[in-house]
Amino acid sequence: MSQATVARPKQNREAIFLFLPALLPVLLLSVYPLIRGIALGFTNARAGLRVDTDFIGFGNFGKLLHNELFWDSFRIGVIWTLSVTILQFVAALGLALLLNTDLKFRGVARTLALIPWAMPPVVVAIMWRLLLHPTNGPVNKVLQDLHLTDHPINFLGDFSTALPAVIVVGIWVGMPMTTVTLLAGLQGIDRSLYEAAAVDGASAWRQFWYITLPQLKTVIVAITSLDLIWNFNSFGLVYVLTAGGPGGKTMLPMLFAYNEAFRYGNFGMAAAMGDVMVVVIIVFLAFYLRNRLRSQA
Amino acid sequence: MSEASGMRTRPVARVLQYAAVLGYLVFLAFPLLWLISSSLKSPREFAAITPTLLPKNVDFSNYTNALEEQGLVRSLGNSLQISILTTILVLIVALPVSYALARFRSRLRPITNGWILVSQVFPVILIVIPLFMILRPLHLTNTIPGVVLVYLVWSLPFALWMLQGYVAAVPRELEEAAAVDGASRIRTIVAIVMPLLRPGLIATAMFTFISAWNEFFFALVLLQDPELKTLPLVLARFVGAEGQVQFGPLAAASVLATVPSLVFFAFLQRRLTSGLLSGAVKG
Repeated sequence: MSQATVARPKQNREAIFLFLPALLPVLLLSVYPLIRGIALGFTNARAGLRVDTDFIGFGNFGKLLHNELFWDSFRIGVIWTLSVTILQFVAALGLALLLNTDLKFRGVARTLALIPWAMPPVVVAIMWRLLLHPTNGPVNKVLQDLHLTDHPINFLGDFSTALPAVIVVGIWVGMPMTTVTLLAGLQGIDRSLYEAAAVDGASAWRQFWYITLPQLKTVIVAITSLDLIWNFNSFGLVYVLTAGGPGGKTMLPMLFAYNEAFRYGNFGMAAAMGDVMVVVIIVFLAFYLRNRLRSQA
Repeated sequence: MSEASGMRTRPVARVLQYAAVLGYLVFLAFPLLWLISSSLKSPREFAAITPTLLPKNVDFSNYTNALEEQGLVRSLGNSLQISILTTILVLIVALPVSYALARFRSRLRPITNGWILVSQVFPVILIVIPLFMILRPLHLTNTIPGVVLVYLVWSLPFALWMLQGYVAAVPRELEEAAAVDGASRIRTIVAIVMPLLRPGLIATAMFTFISAWNEFFFALVLLQDPELKTLPLVLARFVGAEGQVQFGPLAAASVLATVPSLVFFAFLQRRLTSGLLSGAVKG
């Protein structure tokens, strides 16, 4: 029974049979909640068992339009997402290029570089609170020893430093996965391209610009798109690091929506915020992917 | 390794490269080193205004203190139970699906891949409220089975992504031979594909375990009962009560929470770099 001779309807039937165990949980706990969640944004649903829920059209969205805190949170979300994704990409590309050379100990380096990926986000947040602690954290100690500051900085508690500090932690967490993906991409590039370029006398910089980057393009677009989505939707790390503070300076959209839903019980409003987030992500991705793919043609 | 460009790298450039790698490693590995070192400091040393990199005297009292916390030990048990159950269920459900995805050109393939993508794009806040509303009438909120079911569904995308690639790498001829001998599809999968898939199944199991072990958001919303809280929830609560927070035991508990993930990652790391994600990129 070779693959080519099997009729399509039979394949469909067999496939459905193999899908069955996954079907019920996925439909019930993923597909249905997704649709219900989108629809919830158009209602005035509230927490509590016996509360009437009415369809209110675009009512929630109208209110959001005039909610300055919500706009602030979105602005912070966009700054966070773009900064983390871009800086993480640049840092990861540098590391991946280094790990792709013939340096000694690169095996060890590769393993150590994976550490952030393996740690629970909550532990990462606790650890960075220790590192950035104003009185006995090592970061402040080093800065003071180097005379870069004369007083301890409360990185996570100060209005001006909280968001940059949280962004650094975000870069730290996401770097390994991006590095590994880029490294896999680098290892897939045909060596003979470089040899030919070297014969033509192309400098290392020109080789990077005209061979490495174009060859890596698909990988770069894929991983940065995923990073964008994940960063925009991120929650646990910042929730434990700052809980959105001080004064809402690190209030990512997910944190804002979480508070709306589970602190104030406004399920409908929180879902409307989620809807706006989805639209923002999709528009952003569409724009990004269209530009990337067009410049490829 | 005969690398044309490596031969011509000048000594200065070489030194700079090593310096850069070192800089990266300090950035990426030092934080964990600091956490471990902090967990081994005595309370007095911990509070010192001039912190030292290594503890002067290695002191395990933070660990014993952490383990004397009732809530912490119980949450460790809860996390373990949830992660193991999730891993087993994910493997049972993901194996047949990824087999079908890799082998059949059925209409379910684009639908599944679409679902995998959508599940990544949507913020969990949209899903968690309806989930909460679905699980409540089933009496599954505030229960371990409820959380396990949610983790099963939300670990599936990555598990399917990984396993598909491993199934595709199993040579088809072996299955065709079995089919000629009259073995049913299920028998073929169990007797022929599964043994060959062992590395893939182990890798998927480890990843699923880690993601369940590390998960925070769903647990935060779905588990209110203090008896049922998972390790990340208990750790996060420690931090919330700042002021009286005992950073020493907290550091020790954090190290303990990191050990399982770190051990599994050490096993996985070679597979990670040899292009685990290349399938994702090609697809």
